[in-house]
Amino acid sequence: MSGDLPDFIFGKLDWDTLPFWDALKDPTTFKIINAVISGGAGALVVLGALGVVILVTWLGKWKYLWSEWLTSPDHKKIGIMFIVIAIVMLARAVIEAVFMRAQQAVGLDGGFLSPEHFGEFFTTHGTIMIFFMAMPFLTGIINYVMPLQIGARDLSFPVMNQISLGLTAAGAAIVMISLVFTPFSTGGWSGYPPYTERAYNPGPGVDYWIWAVTLSTLSSTLTGINFAVTIYKKRAPGMKLFRMPLFTWTALTTAILMIFGMPPLTVATALLALDRYLDFHMFTSDLGGNMMNYVNLFWAFGHPEVYILILPPFGIFSEIFSTFSGKRIFGYPVLVVATICISILSFIVWLHHFFTMGQDAAVNAAFGIATMLIGIPTGVKVYDWMLTMYRGRVRLSVPMIYAIGFIMLFVLGGLTGIILATPSVDYQVHNSLFLIAHFHNMLIPGLLFGMLSATNFWFPKALGFRLEERWGRRAAYSWIVGFMLAFFPLYVLGVLGMPRRSLTFFEPAYLPWTLIAGFGALVILFAMLCLLIQLWVSIRDRHQNMMTAGDPWDGRSLEWSTSSPPPEYNFPVIPEVHSRDAYMSEKEQGKAHQVPDEFPDIVMPANSAMGVIIAVTGSAMAFGLTWYIWWLVILAGVVTLVAVIARGFVRKTTRVISSDEVRRTHLAWLECVRKTTPVDRSKEQSPENQGLPVPPVNGAVQ
Amino acid sequence: MSEQPQTSRRGSPLPWVLSRILGWSPVTLLTGCSATHITFLDPQGPIAQAQRQHFWFVVAMTMIVVLPVIIQTPWILWRYRYGGKAPYRPHWDMSRWLDVMMWGVPVIVVAILAVVLWQQTHRLDPYRPLDSDKAPLQVQVVGFDWKWLFIYPEQGIATMGQLVLPADRPISFQLTSATVLQTFFIPALGGQIDAMNRMVTKLHLQANHTGRFAGKNMQYNGGGFHHQRFTVRVVDDRQFDDFIAHAHRQGQPLDRQRYEEVLVQQGDTADAARALGLTSYQRGEPIRFAPIPRDLFRGIVDDAPFESAVHNPAPHQQAAMHPVAYQALPPKQQTPPKPTLPQDKETSQ
Ligand code: HEM
Ligand SMILES: [Cu+2]
Repeated sequence: MSGDLPDFIFGKLDWDTLPFWDALKDPTTFKIINAVISGGAGALVVLGALGVVILVTWLGKWKYLWSEWLTSPDHKKIGIMFIVIAIVMLARAVIEAVFMRAQQAVGLDGGFLSPEHFGEFFTTHGTIMIFFMAMPFLTGIINYVMPLQIGARDLSFPVMNQISLGLTAAGAAIVMISLVFTPFSTGGWSGYPPYTERAYNPGPGVDYWIWAVTLSTLSSTLTGINFAVTIYKKRAPGMKLFRMPLFTWTALTTAILMIFGMPPLTVATALLALDRYLDFHMFTSDLGGNMMNYVNLFWAFGHPEVYILILPPFGIFSEIFSTFSGKRIFGYPVLVVATICISILSFIVWLHHFFTMGQDAAVNAAFGIATMLIGIPTGVKVYDWMLTMYRGRVRLSVPMIYAIGFIMLFVLGGLTGIILATPSVDYQVHNSLFLIAHFHNMLIPGLLFGMLSATNFWFPKALGFRLEERWGRRAAYSWIVGFMLAFFPLYVLGVLGMPRRSLTFFEPAYLPWTLIAGFGALVILFAMLCLLIQLWVSIRDRHQNMMTAGDPWDGRSLEWSTSSPPPEYNFPVIPEVHSRDAYMSEKEQGKAHQVPDEFPDIVMPANSAMGVIIAVTGSAMAFGLTWYIWWLVILAGVVTLVAVIARGFVRKTTRVISSDEVRRTHLAWLECVRKTTPVDRSKEQSPENQGLPVPPVNGAVQ
Repeated sequence: MSEQPQTSRRGSPLPWVLSRILGWSPVTLLTGCSATHITFLDPQGPIAQAQRQHFWFVVAMTMIVVLPVIIQTPWILWRYRYGGKAPYRPHWDMSRWLDVMMWGVPVIVVAILAVVLWQQTHRLDPYRPLDSDKAPLQVQVVGFDWKWLFIYPEQGIATMGQLVLPADRPISFQLTSATVLQTFFIPALGGQIDAMNRMVTKLHLQANHTGRFAGKNMQYNGGGFHHQRFTVRVVDDRQFDDFIAHAHRQGQPLDRQRYEEVLVQQGDTADAARALGLTSYQRGEPIRFAPIPRDLFRGIVDDAPFESAVHNPAPHQQAAMHPVAYQALPPKQQTPPKPTLPQDKETSQ
């Protein structure tokens, strides 16, 4: 059927890029099974997109969506949109993971997936989890929370924030579209050449991967700049660096890591693209190319990246341990110093990802030792968190359950990390399932629990009602149990020498372990279902769990001092900060909820369509490049350029909210707070908790 | 277990005891009955044995830092629960003494680990020749898509699917890839090493005694990746000589046609056997090649396998110590190439 469509218009697109085409032409049972899976996924994408369009039209909400969300420069709304992307992508990637686990559970000498299909699964799973789940999730949380914590009204560059969102959305869209116009890359999330060079993989798969990742790294670089500048420049008066909440500290270090860590990958994928499109020889074997340069560039990004992923959860857990223990964080300065140590060290350890590439023993040893050094500040942090609970009053609310799961499981990941940092032992477990178990041991209890914990923690702030507790607990426990069942067996498999990315295996000794891991994946699927039910039940019962007073957990930092959800401008009057745990000390001194003497006019950024334009042109350009549809590439490029120039001519970039309106809103809220009955912490999880805690007595949470 | 490894106890007894308790039971349970040795926890050579020891040593040392967390967290949770009676100090947020402990213990643990790491990384460096009174056997390994070619340059033969090695004699491997990145791995004998196109890496291993071990590729390289396995058959000297003689008698000549139409084509060892007309081939058995072109390995590294043999009769052992030295290899030429050896490069720099 190929050659049917005019190349000038459709580039390399053809009928056989549709996921079921091959099976139609040559229907064997095996091909049909694979076609049903990939065709089903493609159909889900198309139907999902159609469903959203129909739903919005039916509800008549296009205008609302456009003016309140898509064009809004509000950091809170942008944060929520980042998180929505992350959750959709999480769902897809978890389903893919379950397919992989199912394949390996029945994979002794067989299975049901084709090699190409399996290769796409681990590539998209890894790429999505890192670039389109983890990054948008933590970017979303920081976006939402950090300005509130430092007493700011918005990020320094709200329109750039929209553009970051647009770029991430474009990348995510490209990965989704690849389910309809297949295939995606099989080169893994790391995309090592020469395998990903045109000589070995001429198809569109690697190009999809390149452009999706490029969009994501550009987005994160801009985000990093935005966060760092905001934290340096927009802190409330009195908020010295050493008074910032720990989450803000980790946001700052993460932002710096983003600024320096992301560009190496942008460069690497761009050079790979030059190789593939224009016959450069950066990473080929001949004409002076060398794939080792790619590997170094990739991990010069890759290792800072894992700390980009883990530092924000460290900050989140610091807040949660302190809040739910009703106690100051133990060793604040130590935690800050440890965070800074970790972020500096994270730049000098990248070589531990390729000890086996044949470099000198002294080089390997030096990088191995540097890697182990990171264990020291990390260990100190863990002890600080334990000491935060020690002599506290610990409440096992849902965010805290995740935090406990994190602290106990994360140290095991640390243990296996030290094993992997030891070159002579790494030679045995590198690229085996031991490695997979290790980094999931960091990423699920660390990153993912951090994100879920943060969601449970700050959700009432963002939406004005608490997430339901019962299903929240079920989800949290299922995640913990599911994780252990799904990944501890992989340690054994790795030690028994099973390579990662294995479609099938031939050792009967592996079978019991792959079966347990498969069962664990089902428990994780159940945990996902619990999350969905939790969300559903929470929305259904939202009136019981209202939190307008804004402080459901007896919080310590400034975000809890404002209403839930906060007004667009966050604070009617910019707060003044005199100590750490700024809001807690206000409460201790009985100074919370005071009526300000006067209200100012507030200048806020005006709506802008830049983010939407970049999302559309970014995905169009990536799609055009992938399929060699040059008119689309040129068109998208021109539109982007025109939009950027046009933006320079926009005069009305701000909007003023009158002091009257601010006063009215704020006084109404204070009135509402006054009518709320304060509750002590024993009622934290009951409907009586409307966001007003009984004030602390001598710092003791009641 | 028919072939008990002779574990030589070195260093502290704790890891050794741990390995008996923790490692042995599940591993022997699951692998003891299989004919091949698949893991370094069941080591069959000095390198893997040392790696196992180091593995348990690292586990034991790190436990010093990890166990307190796992044990004390539940205790703290219970004792300091909301509504409990234990002392409550909401403002207590620092303690010099605890700070010193908190930094001190991990620092000491990491310091000890670092010293051992430095020593072991050098001692177990894959590039380091093994101490032995026997001359090492040279084996050159070439990764193709989904199969390995093992060249015995001194014997003038090559095999695929099975690597036959003499027991108790050091083996000196040189590795390259005729295609994308791959990783060569025999867990029961020692660690992995990457094989890269137009570069040479090295690996030194030794088997303590005869037996069958699993070998594989660890780096994904496409659809047939999971089939890129081989059997390592370690035999005594007499059997090894028999094997060589057998290969000379029965091997197929490895000529340009077989190289280009079988080896270079994507496919696993069984596919190659089929293409070579070996109808009764069983996976894990050797496909034998003899004679083989002189300097085949060198030629593959230079991306001109059947030309360099003619034009460049240089000794094949002269691979670079480290693959980086190959970065500046001359570009592929149309005219008969005269590849510059890395040594020339290095000395001319
Ligand atoms: C939610 C449960 C999860 C399950 C069941 C799961 C399962 C898997 C499986 C089966 C693989 C392939 C292993 C192999 O190569 O043989 C894999 C690879 C991977 N996973 Fe996950 N995963 C999960 C969550 C995550 C999360 C949260 C992240 C990151 C934030 C993540 C990142 C990755 C990466 C980067 C790879 C490597 C992909 C590659 O080989 O290129 N996964 N995962
Ligand atoms: Cu790393």
